[in-house]
This record gives sequence, structure tokens and C-alpha cells, in this order.
Amino acid sequence: MRQEMLIPKIGVVTDIRIDTPDVKTFRVVGLDGKKVFDHMPGQCAMLSIPGVGEGMFSITSSPTNTEFMEFSIKKCGCLTSWLHMMDVGQQVTIRGPYGKNFPVETDLKGKDLLFIAGGIGLAPLRSVINYCRDKRENYGSIHIIYGSRSADDLVDYQEILNEWMTDENVHVDLTIDRPEEGWDGHVGFIPSFVEELKPDLNRTVLMCGPPIMIKFTLDGLKKLGFQENQVYTTMELRMKCGIGKCGRCNIGDKYVCKDGPVFRFDELSELPDEY
Amino acid sequence: MKKLSRSNLDALFAAIADTKKLYLPVADGEDEKRGAKYAVWTPGTEYSTAVNTIRSAKDFFFPQVERMANFKLEGKTIEIDDIREECEDFVVFGVRACDAASFQILDSVYLAEPVDSYYQNRREHGVIMTMACGKPSETCFCSVFGIDASEPAGDISCWMTDDEILMQANTEKGEALLASLSMLEDAADQAADDVKALIRTVLEKLPLKDLSTKSFGGDKLMELFHSEKWAELSQACLGCGTCTFVCPTCQCYDIRDFDTGHGVQRFRCWDSCMYSDFTKTAGGQPRPTQVERFRQRFMHKLVYHPANHEGTFGCVGCGRCMKSCPISMNIVKAMKTLGEDHE
Amino acid sequence: MQNTMMKRASELLADGTVSRVLGWKNGEFVYDPTPAVFKSVEALEESFVYHDFCGSNLSKYLIQLSKLEGKTLVFLKPCDSYSMNQLLTEHRVHRENVYIVGIPCDGKLDPDAVRASGADGILGASVEGDSVKVDTMYGEVTLDQADCLLERCKTCKSHKVVVFDEMLGENGDVNPESARFDEVEKLEAMTPDERFTFWRGELSRCIRCNACRNICPACSCEQCVFDSPTSGVSQKAAAASFEENMFHIIRAFHVAGRCTDCGECSRVCPQHIPLHLLNRKFIKDINTYYGEYQAGVEEGSRAPLVNFTKDDCEPNIIYKGGSK
Repeated sequence: MRQEMLIPKIGVVTDIRIDTPDVKTFRVVGLDGKKVFDHMPGQCAMLSIPGVGEGMFSITSSPTNTEFMEFSIKKCGCLTSWLHMMDVGQQVTIRGPYGKNFPVETDLKGKDLLFIAGGIGLAPLRSVINYCRDKRENYGSIHIIYGSRSADDLVDYQEILNEWMTDENVHVDLTIDRPEEGWDGHVGFIPSFVEELKPDLNRTVLMCGPPIMIKFTLDGLKKLGFQENQVYTTMELRMKCGIGKCGRCNIGDKYVCKDGPVFRFDELSELPDEY
Repeated sequence: MKKLSRSNLDALFAAIADTKKLYLPVADGEDEKRGAKYAVWTPGTEYSTAVNTIRSAKDFFFPQVERMANFKLEGKTIEIDDIREECEDFVVFGVRACDAASFQILDSVYLAEPVDSYYQNRREHGVIMTMACGKPSETCFCSVFGIDASEPAGDISCWMTDDEILMQANTEKGEALLASLSMLEDAADQAADDVKALIRTVLEKLPLKDLSTKSFGGDKLMELFHSEKWAELSQACLGCGTCTFVCPTCQCYDIRDFDTGHGVQRFRCWDSCMYSDFTKTAGGQPRPTQVERFRQRFMHKLVYHPANHEGTFGCVGCGRCMKSCPISMNIVKAMKTLGEDHE
Repeated sequence: MQNTMMKRASELLADGTVSRVLGWKNGEFVYDPTPAVFKSVEALEESFVYHDFCGSNLSKYLIQLSKLEGKTLVFLKPCDSYSMNQLLTEHRVHRENVYIVGIPCDGKLDPDAVRASGADGILGASVEGDSVKVDTMYGEVTLDQADCLLERCKTCKSHKVVVFDEMLGENGDVNPESARFDEVEKLEAMTPDERFTFWRGELSRCIRCNACRNICPACSCEQCVFDSPTSGVSQKAAAASFEENMFHIIRAFHVAGRCTDCGECSRVCPQHIPLHLLNRKFIKDINTYYGEYQAGVEEGSRAPLVNFTKDDCEPNIIYKGGSK
């Protein structure tokens, strides 16, 4: 009988990193100790604990990492709470990769890039950022604007501090929503921070974060003079199959699992605002 | 074309059932209100000529519930048991033109890459024998979607005259089945022309035959989505799944796990966009009220499906939703109301 | 009656007594009116209908509509008014926001029953005395009205509207002769094995569409236990072979003592499962063991199952009764 996409493979959790009070990053490999499958930045995978649930998660690690995959997951519902309780060595089921990736090998090549992320929204962008850093010669300058509710809520803060901020080819601006002791960086919401920073209009923007942040940041970018076809984002809706058949993750006639999750805003603006 | 005396129908069924499992419409109990359902033929089973079954024929390829895989969890380990098995050959007799057309719609979703092996398995092993509609119901409107009830598709098309049943194979599978039935006699290719003509005169009288599809299609996305009529149309909707479950083309499914206490069974079941949990996540709900859920169902059939499948609408005009909806809301009312907006 | 109703509704809309009218809107055919809200006299004139196929019970819509500003006029038939009283008893409907117009009812027709009685391709139908004249695609057919009635109307328990602000036409009476427990007695006469087989056969035909639950005025929970992902019971499918049976059994228990026997569950079931028989068994048993009680007769009545008295019979008697 032919291969069935809906039947998963087994993955083993080999490392769990506590990122923030409600985000953990899980390292997953196959039973043979190797990567379960290859992917491109922005693609997703279905993780499941049978009996608890199955959910779509963006693959946080870069495809240039040939040893394992990582998933940064925020504790939010039933399945994610369970994942947060498990220990190293736990097996999970995994299937994928699903969806369209960021066009790193086509449209983004040679471009100056601006990454804008809010909170857990960094998870899908981290894959692209590290991919671009590893293939540095293919891209122009890299500017990252990242913000969270508080310093504690900055996902991958150690990697940001030790790798991205020390990389002279990458410029990072951080912000947190409210002032707090020990934070001497910028304070304020991302949309206004972006407007203050006035990024170059020739940059291609990759943005991910909570819907409200996306909405206001996009408005701000447009005010600065950015065009919708310069800005990419990645979407998330309830999914069951991951292959455009189960019928629930559509925005208009597009399925987020198959036609997305990466969309350019000029594509989204031709679709109903139902997400 | 082949023919057989209607008095020999049982012999035909017996011959088919000899090598393959045979399903056909039968009366669902003594109360005629219950209409017809598909059942396995056994000697003595009486074929129902009801214009359609209450449940559609999609069940044969996309059953309401099917087990996908089993899991065993022990400590930190998980074991996956792929329980798929090759489906046995079967024949479905008496499928109407609308349901036969619904298979094409299901195919366009499930057989598109990556192929759904559960569906494909059943589809490859099923032989469809359709039956032209001698006595359609007032709720029938298949012709609106280009379906001809006098020329039903399927592996074999059948026509009933007063004393004979005529059969025409349309596919290799159909040819093979007809060739294996020795009691069939040859008939002229025109043998069914009279009965077809008779059916066409009845189809001409159908009250919904002039329903217009011109306001719908993949290119009408934004204007239809933003129509103000959705609130009014969905006002009385109960949010039950009756329309979706009796519909031959509704193909959305849910995947769920059932913990038996000895292991986990992962199963897939029909789902309905009319249900509140269809799109609900821990993080939010893009379709918070029945207006959005109701709109999704009709937009899917009249806009999204044609947009993704070369203009083919996701409705075959079988009329089941017209008969089953508890509050008598249905695609015909929706099309007429929305159509007014744009004509 | 339709014209009288429309006239009265128009008056009450015009003088501001009510802000909207809940009634029925004409359908594609004679038999498929849809419950609808009318906000203007023009809207009423355009599509308001009331006829022999207006069987649906409008009372449950008042849960939402009575939360809106301004009064909602609702037309209630006798059996619908029992549901309204029960909803009021359970504080689901804001009475001050509802203006109830009672309408008499001599039984409503069931399109499925009309078809089953021999009318294929229904184009029109009208009741004339004891018969129903049906115009069909295949000629005119005259049927017995009694054969075409909804199941619940065949054994109508009451022609009396029990709650109203005004009554159009003459109010009827309770029907003490109703034979509504006859079918229950047939079930009781079965052996436990026969009965089990009967219900297994019926309930296994369920397609879990939830129409019975969603139409039921007694099913007014904000979230049903079967919709809760953490309840451990699956909402949409029969994961285990007994699951759809459990759904109906649990539902019957939950509405026991509160079900007014409006019969909507059986009317809407696409599979024609006689769900009302489960509820009637409970009603009959309550009558037997706790004294006659009809939910919905009056607002605020305490159902025997939630009202302990020292005269209540011993549980073991009920236990024996259940297993006889």
C-alpha cells in the first residue's frame, strides 16, 4: 500500500530548553538519531502525543542544521501543556514538512532583509534568520526588530545575545512592552518602535507575531512607504490534515496548510479578512 | 449495450454478489418516511427505486468514521501500528447521477497529491453502477450543475424500462463486470433512447431547473463574502451538521484520538464547518458566530471549490439538504437570495 | 390565520410595543418555511407566512432574542408554549423582553409523511377538512390528513397555549385522551433483550449531526458536555461502538423532567429515529412514581426529579420498575 501522509513517524525529544516562562524549545530527531525529514524555512510539522492531540508547529531550526529539528512552543492549550510537562527522551509523533516556505532561494535572494517579530512570533522567523546567516553571501543586510511583553518573554534571548548581536553582519533592535528593572534597552510596542526606527524602504520585510501586532505594524510600514508586496508573514489556523483536504484552515479559497503558511500581504489583501 | 428482463433482476444481483460484495438501495424499515438506505444484498433483499437514499453514497469511499492507525504508549515510547488493509472488491448498484458526480468532486480533493490512500483504496476497489432517474423529486436540481440524470456517469450506467434493465459500460472496470455476467443479452446502442427521452421530458418539468449559477464561481470571492445577506440567511441556523452529513460532496474531516485504556486509536470522522469547534484553537476563533460558519459552507461550494477546481461547483443538486435541514434553510435558498444581490 | 397574525404583528411593530417579530418566512416550496425575524411591516408583508407546515418550535430562539434591546413578538403554538414556560422556569429567557401571541393549532403536516403517503414531487398542498390535496409533478393526490401529520401531532397532548400576552383565535384544551404513551407501553411490553435490540438498532443509525440536541428547547446549556474537548467523549463520531447510543441516553437523562414533549427531536432527525420515545418513557415513569407532572404547564413549577418530598417513592421501587 502506498505511503500515507497522515500516518506519522516517531520522533525522540533529545533536548528541552526553557526559553521563557511559557515557551520551551524542543529538539527532535528520528529513532535512528538523524533528522526525520528536510524542510525549508517557514515550513511546519505536525507533532502529536497520541491520545492528547496533534498540532501544527513551525519548525524553528534552520534547514542548514543537518542534525536535528527544533520547535519553540508556547504553552497555550491541551497538547502544548502536555508537551511542556514532558522530559527528555519522550517520544512524539511527527509528520511533515507542510506548507510553502519563505522564498529564500528565489525572491529573497540578494535582498536587504528586515525581520519583525513579536513574542513567540520569532519561532518561524528564527529558521529564516539562521538560514540567511549561514548562507550570508546570498543576502544583503539583515536587520531584526524583536519585541516581547517583558525581557523574560524574549524567546531565544541567549542566542540573540550571543550569536545574532555579536554577528557584525546582523543588526538587532530589541524592545519590551513596559519598563522593568535591569532593562536599559528600548521600551514600547513594536509598531511604534518600527516607525521610530524608520527602516530603509528597499528592505523586504518578514513579519510574525500576534494578529494585533501584525495589523498595526503593517499600517505603520505602509505609512513609512512600504508596499504590501514587500512584506511577508506566516499564518496559523486550526489544522487537522496539513495537506489541504480536511477543510478548516482556509482563508477564502486558500488553505493555510498548503498554500501558506507564508503569505505576502498583497496576496492576503485579495482574501477575506477571516483569520 | 446489454439488457436483462426486470424479472431476472434477482439473478443479476446474485451473480454479482457471487464474486463481489454488492450494495444497493433498500427501504430503511417498514415506515416509508424513513426512505431508502444502502445495504448489502443478500437473497431476498428488495431493491428500492426511491429517487435517492437519505444518506449519500459518499459513505462507500469516505465513511463517517474510519480508523487510521493505532498507537501504543509505554513509558516514554510510542509505537505506531499501520492498520490499513487492502479493501475487498465491491459493487454499488443504483447510484443516482448526482451522487456519481459527487465522486468526481471527492476525487478532486482526495486523489490530488498527496493522495489520500484510505479513499483511494476504496475507490479503486469499487465498481459503480448508476441508475437513470425515472421519477425525480421536486427538490432535484442536478441539471443546474451540468449533470444529466438521463445519462448518469459511473462505471456502468443503467436504465429501467417497464420490463427491461439496460446497461452500458463506461470504463474498463465496468466492461469487465458486464462481461462476467453471462445472463446479459446484447442490446442495440439505441435501446435506451426512448427511456432517456422520457426522462428528459420529466426533467424539463422540475421546478428548480432554472436556478442560476451565474452569480457564483471562483471570481466572485470578495463580493459574495462581503454580501450583507449572510446574516439574514444564517439567522435561524441551529449550527447542527445535518446538511453537511447528508451532503454527497461535503468532504471535511476531523482527526481524533480515542484512548481505549489499552492503547490509542486514531480515527477520522466527518466534520462540519457548521460546528463551533471546527476552527477553534487555544489562541482564538476566526469564525466566532454562526454567520461566519454558515457563510463558509456555501462559499466553499459556490466559490472556493470552483476557484480551486477549474470552475466546478461543490454541489451536485441532489436536494438532500432541502429535505433534511431542521429549519428548511438550504443551498437553493442561499443561491436565490445571494443571486439577487448581483443580478 | 396568517392574515390575522400579520395584521396584529404589524400593529404591534407600528405602535412600538415590539421591536421585532419572530415567525416564519415563506420557503421555496409549500412545505419549507424557515423561522425568521421581521423588523418592519414591509418585511412582514413580503415574506411572512403561517400555514400547515409551520411545525417548527420557535421558543428556543428567544434565549438569544430576549437578550436584545426591545421586545420580541413571538408566535407560539400550544406545544411551543410549554417549551417557553420551561425556558422561563429555567431562567433562560427574559420574559419582560418577550411579547407572546398564542395561536391555536390543529396539528402540523410533515413533508416526509406526505411523501411517504404517496405524493412524489410535491408542488403544492392544502388541507381541506380531513384530507390533504397535494399537487405533484406527477398529478394531483388526495391524502388522509391524519397520515400526513407530524408524529407529535398524531398524539397531541394539548391544544392549550399555556403562556401568552394575547391569544389570537380561541384557545384550546388539554387533551386527556392523548395516546402518546401507547408506543412506550409497547416498548415496556418487550423483554429487556428485545428492548435493548430495538434501541441498539435505532440509535446505531444516528449520524451524530446534533440536530436533535440543537433544536431541543431543553438543551440550553451554554456548552454541551459533548462539545467539550476535555470531556473524554467524542462529539462527532462513534469512536467506540456504543458511543452514539450513549449520546442519546445521556441527553435523555439530562432533559428528564424538563422535556415538555414538544417532539422536535423526532421531527428534525434526518434518520427518523423515534427519539421522543426515550423522553416519553421518562415522562410516563415520573407520572407513575411521583404523580402526574407535565413540564411547562406553568412557569416556576418544580419538577419531581429536583423536588424532594417525604412522599417520594423508594428508589428500589423505581429500580424494580425499570427492570420489569
